Amino acid sequence: MPPVLELRGITKAFPGVLANDHINLTLEEGEIHALLGENGAGKTTLMNILYGLYSPDEGEIFVRGRRVEIRSPGDAIALGIGMVHQHFMLVPVLTVTENVMLGVESTRNGIFLNRAAAARRIREISRQHGLEVDPDALVKTLPVGVQQRVEIIKLLYRQADILIMDEPTAVLTPQEVEELFKVIRSLADQGKSIIFITHKLKEVMAIADRITVLRNGRVVGTTTPSQTTEEQLASMMVGREVLLRVNKAPARPGETVLEVENLEVLDDRGNPAVRGVSFEVRAGEVLGIAGVQGNGQTELVEALTGLRAPLAGRVRILGKEFTSAHPRWVLERGVAHVPEDRQKDGLVLSFPVAENLVLNTYYISPFARRGVLEQEVILTVAEQRAREFDIRTPSILTPVVNLSGGNQQKVIVAREFSRPIRLLIASQPTRGLDVGSIEYIHRRIVEKRDEGCAVLLVSPELDEVMSLSDRIAVMYEGQIMDILPAGRATKEEIGLLMAGVRRE
Amino acid sequence: MASTGTAWERIAARGGVTPRRARTYGLVFFGAGLLIYLLFARVAVAGYTSTFVLHPGGATQAIPVPDLVLPTAPALYAMTLICAFLGGWQLARGFRRVNLVLGFIAGLFVLAFLTWASQGRSFNLTGMFSSALLRAVPIALAGLSGVICERCAVINIGIEGMMLGGAFSATLMGSLALNVWKWPSWASMSFGLLAALITGALFGLLLAVLAVRFKVNQIIAGTAINILSVGVTSFISSRILSHFQQLNNTGTLQPVSVPLLSRIPIIGPVLFEQNLLVYLLFILLIVVHVVLFHTRWGLRTRAVGEHPRAADTLGVDVFKIRYVNVTIGGMVAALGGAFLILGSVGRFDELMTAGKGFIGLAAMIFGKWMPFGAFGAALIFGFADALQVKLALLQVPIPSQFLLMAPYLVTIIVLAGVVGEAVPPAADGQPYEKE
Repeated sequence: MPPVLELRGITKAFPGVLANDHINLTLEEGEIHALLGENGAGKTTLMNILYGLYSPDEGEIFVRGRRVEIRSPGDAIALGIGMVHQHFMLVPVLTVTENVMLGVESTRNGIFLNRAAAARRIREISRQHGLEVDPDALVKTLPVGVQQRVEIIKLLYRQADILIMDEPTAVLTPQEVEELFKVIRSLADQGKSIIFITHKLKEVMAIADRITVLRNGRVVGTTTPSQTTEEQLASMMVGREVLLRVNKAPARPGETVLEVENLEVLDDRGNPAVRGVSFEVRAGEVLGIAGVQGNGQTELVEALTGLRAPLAGRVRILGKEFTSAHPRWVLERGVAHVPEDRQKDGLVLSFPVAENLVLNTYYISPFARRGVLEQEVILTVAEQRAREFDIRTPSILTPVVNLSGGNQQKVIVAREFSRPIRLLIASQPTRGLDVGSIEYIHRRIVEKRDEGCAVLLVSPELDEVMSLSDRIAVMYEGQIMDILPAGRATKEEIGLLMAGVRRE
Repeated sequence: MASTGTAWERIAARGGVTPRRARTYGLVFFGAGLLIYLLFARVAVAGYTSTFVLHPGGATQAIPVPDLVLPTAPALYAMTLICAFLGGWQLARGFRRVNLVLGFIAGLFVLAFLTWASQGRSFNLTGMFSSALLRAVPIALAGLSGVICERCAVINIGIEGMMLGGAFSATLMGSLALNVWKWPSWASMSFGLLAALITGALFGLLLAVLAVRFKVNQIIAGTAINILSVGVTSFISSRILSHFQQLNNTGTLQPVSVPLLSRIPIIGPVLFEQNLLVYLLFILLIVVHVVLFHTRWGLRTRAVGEHPRAADTLGVDVFKIRYVNVTIGGMVAALGGAFLILGSVGRFDELMTAGKGFIGLAAMIFGKWMPFGAFGAALIFGFADALQVKLALLQVPIPSQFLLMAPYLVTIIVLAGVVGEAVPPAADGQPYEKE
């Protein structure tokens, strides 16, 4: 019997990048096939080709032994291919039913929407696959985990039997991940074939039947969990040996650097995002804030860095009150900020590397004298920093937009770390970075801690928080559920707190 | 007030209004009362009455209703007290739905003004509502056009120009058929209407091509359409229409009574003794509402307006939806222009739309991108417009320039204050790029 899906020699080039280079891949019926690779390895490009969002430059696609052309998502759907996108493709203001039926609407008399019939089928699918959801709920009111169920239901509603899941666990708590894995397993048992895209090694080992590793747009190899180890997969992904653990000595906490008391912050729409949060960070320790994305971490960090005025509460740094201070006032007190969205908040993309390196110090000596920039000094210092922080760039005059994500992040780290700082606020410092860059950034953060800097680390990656932090605060719906010493906290315990469950 | 819970919870208990805002509301209510007292009650002449006629003059089928007679001064004092009471209540306890109360106070203020303006005289309220509706129709059609376009995320700032184009085509073609080809009146008016719709469709298509195909900034594309339309119509109007008067005279539609419905007191003559284009608006409102919320096309339109990529991944043709909606939006705007001619004055003047397209956009926002919401908002603007005309006739001692400002003033106040936050379709104004 031919495989359900076969890709032969798929090639796709974007200006300046060969995203997919003659990729071959087969998917058997009832198989969970993991596609492993770093960001930029070409996983998502490949799947977008399969789903008809891109057209390949070369190569052939076979579905159940028949050669097919997929020119649009409509073609893919007709062939039984469905995709759960990394960023959900749901319309927040519509109901679950409306989202699911969109594109294949059932109607009465061919004119009026038949929501009841669609809702009935959704309930059937829910029951059959253990995907509990209320068809009449507005999508925007649902937690992320449930929204993902809606995405899966969307595929099943269209009777897809080849399911592509693009980084489905990125937004889930550990418990939700386990639940998702159960669903995926049962779908495979019922004969659905699944492509599971991820860069997380542990997940691949837990769920996959077969693993294909991509690097720089090429297939590095195909293996199974029983034949390989996490370390082996990591070196396949990166192309060299990597250290998966962070080596660090026990913390020696000193004086209190940051004090937060009953802080309340509103989000952009005026809804409470941070609801009465209190904690402190001491010199020489890392306080990690764990939590699923969108539970108020962004607003908390913005309030602490002076980017957003809080509604109520106090913030003190080194005993000085700075509630709703100007960002410059904050950074002049020795606060460094690695923002969660480096391209939006961390860099001016069209500026050269050298200017980005002095974005927060350009107005003071030695970079400026009497209001005029000292270009010579800026360039000399930039050369020095680029070498010191291993920023790989053709020149320090290259606009940062042309740098890779890892090197962009290094520019920010170089800028923030080479001032005398007392407090480092790092928000998702390794988001979207390759394993090698992650290793580097982690080492730098631990170094800062050992120099006596207080570190507040915010990250939705639980592994990152657990390996770097000395204490872990878990945030859920704008509140801190608990603060645990990192040594004693277990993944399960933190996972429950992330889901809002407090053990009595 | 007990200071338990978070600051946010205390605010939420007041319906999401911050304490400072709540206090401001209370003071505004008091202020309205004070204004009613100072401007109207204090200067009202004792013993005068204000008469509101609730029965339109002339031939009507409505069941007669007696006039409403208010003793001017006591009524005004009562209104002052009501405002003061509501203000006090707001300061002491706080209303949960304070915006509703604000709306009520605004209405009360208008009523107080009318009571004062008509002291010792009679004022035909029904007639005024009727003319308010007539003035609201083009605004409502403009707003409806905005709803149809923006629900699929194309901003149509060119409604003003599309209306002007529609008005011009209706005049030229309608007059040509009537006065040159000597067609019967109904046929030439239909021909004029058809010409307006075709013009609107072409303008809509132009906007769609610019905004969807070429991804031009939609504000600029719409502005270009406005300038184009003003230029072309003014040029032809001054070169041709002003020399050949027979090309600038279409006649107007006569009111048609709806049997039974027109007999309802007050509402009957206002809603159901109008011309056919007014009824067409009612039908359009219902059709657009049903299509938008209860059909396949409507669901796809809303999805495209909120999250075009999601719609695209489900095989919905984003471009097709936008082309069709914007073209229809152009036709509806042009219908608004045609109404200014066929339903109202029967002749074209340069720049005769006078900002109605833009007020229509305000009505769309005020109505939260809903067809009936936009219509309701248009009625408020129409009322302000009609009031201004009526007051000029009553010779109220207010300079006419200020009265002319009324509709625009209402637009600004409504947009800035009462509406609060209106959430547009999430993708509004963004061109869709296929990857």
